[in-house]
Amino acid sequence: MTGEENDFLEIRDIRAGYGSRVVLNGLSVPPLKPGQIITLIGPNGAGKSTLLRVVAGLIKAEGTIHYKDRDLFKLSVQERAKYVSFMPQTVPNDVSLPVIDAVISALKASPFDQVGTDNESIYARSMGILERVGIADLALKELNQLSGGQRQLASLARSVVREPSVLLLDEPTSALDLRHQVRVMSLIRSFADDGRIVVMVLHDLNMAMRWSDYVIVMKDGALVTHGKPVQALNPESVRQVYGVTVRVELCSRGLPQIIVDE
Amino acid sequence: MDSTTITHQYRSRIRKNISVILLLIVGVAAAFCVDIATGPSMMDIGEVVKAVFLPDSVELATRVIVWEVRLPYSVMALLVGAALSLAGLEMQTILNNPMASPFTLGVSAAAAFGAALAILLSAGVSFIDPKWMVSFNAFVFAFGAVMLLQFLSRIGRTGVEALVLLGIAMDFTFKALIGILQYVASAEALQQFVFWSLGSLSRANWENITILGGVLAVIVPFSVAASWQMTALRLGEDSARSYGINVVRLRFFSLVRVSLLTATAVAFVGTIGFIGLVGPHIAKLLIGEDHRFSLPAALLSGAFVMSLASIASKLISPGAILPVGVITSLIGVPLFVWLIFSKRRK
Repeated sequence: MTGEENDFLEIRDIRAGYGSRVVLNGLSVPPLKPGQIITLIGPNGAGKSTLLRVVAGLIKAEGTIHYKDRDLFKLSVQERAKYVSFMPQTVPNDVSLPVIDAVISALKASPFDQVGTDNESIYARSMGILERVGIADLALKELNQLSGGQRQLASLARSVVREPSVLLLDEPTSALDLRHQVRVMSLIRSFADDGRIVVMVLHDLNMAMRWSDYVIVMKDGALVTHGKPVQALNPESVRQVYGVTVRVELCSRGLPQIIVDE
Repeated sequence: MDSTTITHQYRSRIRKNISVILLLIVGVAAAFCVDIATGPSMMDIGEVVKAVFLPDSVELATRVIVWEVRLPYSVMALLVGAALSLAGLEMQTILNNPMASPFTLGVSAAAAFGAALAILLSAGVSFIDPKWMVSFNAFVFAFGAVMLLQFLSRIGRTGVEALVLLGIAMDFTFKALIGILQYVASAEALQQFVFWSLGSLSRANWENITILGGVLAVIVPFSVAASWQMTALRLGEDSARSYGINVVRLRFFSLVRVSLLTATAVAFVGTIGFIGLVGPHIAKLLIGEDHRFSLPAALLSGAFVMSLASIASKLISPGAILPVGVITSLIGVPLFVWLIFSKRRK
C-alpha cells in the first residue's frame, strides 16, 4: 500500500526542546509513507524521542507536520488523537485496573467517530484488540498483576484500539525478553501492514535492520542519513553517530547482521 | 478461555462491584442510624428510624433531640466524610500519588490560617455576618491557596512534581503564619482556635449542611462525567493525552472540584485530615481503580468511616464529645491496616 500523497506524514523545520535547551533545531524528515515501519536510530540525546513526542503533541514545537491536508500542530488534543497514537516507553505498574477496562478507558477517554458509542460495541472492540495482540486470556487480570512483557502488550493494545493511522512507539521492546520482543515486533509489523505509518525509536541496530522498512539515523538533533535499513545502517554512519567500528555481514539465511568489531 | 467465558466473568465482576457499593450503602445507613442513636441518652434504633421518617409518630422530646441535636451532627459527618474522600480520590489520581489527600497542597493550613485570622484577630470583611466569619475566612483561604498554586504552576509550566513541591511550600508558609498569630493571640482566643483546628462536628446546623450538601450535589455529577478520563489518566499522562485527553484541563477542573469540596468541608468542621487519605484507599482496595465504581465507593467509605468516628467520639468519654478530627485517625487507621493485610493475604 503506497497511498496518496496527502496520506504521507510530512515533518518540516521542527524546532523543539526542553526549557532553554534546544534539542531539534530546524529538523526536516523525508515524507513517511503508510504501511511502513520507520525506525529512528541514534545515540542517547540525538533527539529521537523528542521528535516522537513532538509528533505525538506531547511537547510544544515550531515547524509543520502535515498529514491528510492538516497541520497536526493546529489540531486540539482531541482532534489529533483521531490520527496519532503514542506508546510511551514505560507505563505505570501499580494500577489496580483490569486490562479490558484499561482498553475501554482509552476508547471512552475522548469522542471517537469510528467507534459505536454504546457499551456493547466498545466492549467488543476492546476484546477484539486484546485477541489480536494475543492477551485476551489476560482481559480480567489487573495491570499490577502482569509481567513486564504482558504490560507492554496491554499498552500496545491501548495504543492501537483507537485505530490511529500514525502509530508512534518509544522503544517498544526495551526491557522485554526475547520472546516478547519478537511478539511485539511482529504485531507492529502487522499494524503497519494495515496501512498505518509506524514510527518507532529503537536502540538495537540488528532489530532495526530486521524489522524496519526505512531507517532515519540522527545525531545531535539533526538527520545524518536515511534510507532502507541496509543503506542507512552502514559502517560509516554507525561510526559517525556512535563512534563504534562495525561491519555488516550476511548471515547464512542472507539477512544482514551488524557485528561490532571493537 | 473463550470469549464467552471472559464476557461472562467480566459481567459478574461488574455485578460484584455493584454489590460492594450496595453493601457500603447498607453500612453507611447502619452507621448513620447508630450515630443518631448514640449520645448522652442512648436511643432505640427503631425509635430513631421512626423519628427520622415519621417525625409525628414519636414523642416531642425524642423528635427535638433527633432533629435539632443528633441529626445535624450525623448528617454533617456523612457529608464531610463523602466530600473529603471524593476530594482525596481525585487528588490521588491527578497528582499520580497514593499519598496525596485533599490537604496535600496546603489546603488545610490555608483554611486554618483563614480561621485563625477570624478567631485570633477578629479579622474579616464587613459584609459577612460575624457568625459566618470563621467559615468564610477558612473557605476563602483554602480555595485561594489552590487557585494560587494553579496559577503558579501554569505560569511556570511545571509538572505534577513541582505542583506538589509548591503545595508543600505553601503548607509550611501558612503554618509559620499561624505560628505568628498564635504567639500574639490571647489565651482564650488561642483555646478557641485549637478547638477549631482539631475538627469538630459540633458546629453543624441545617444551614451549613445545606451548603455542603449543595456543593456535593453540584460537584459529584462533574466528577462522574470525568470518571473515564480519570481512569485513563492513571495509565500515565502521555498515554492519556494520546487518547485525546486534555490533561491540563482535566487536572485544572479536578483541582477546582477538590478545592471547593475541601474548603467547604473545612470551613464548617475544621481540619479533619485522615479521611481524605483513607476513604479513597478503602474504595480502591475494595473495588480497584475503575473510577466508575471507585468514585461512589470513595464517597460511601468516607461517609462510613466518618460516621464511625462520630459514634466513637461520643462513646470514648461519656458525657463529653471529643473532637471528631482526633478520632478519625484512631478509627481509620485500624480499618485501613486490616484492609491492607487482608488484601495481601488474598
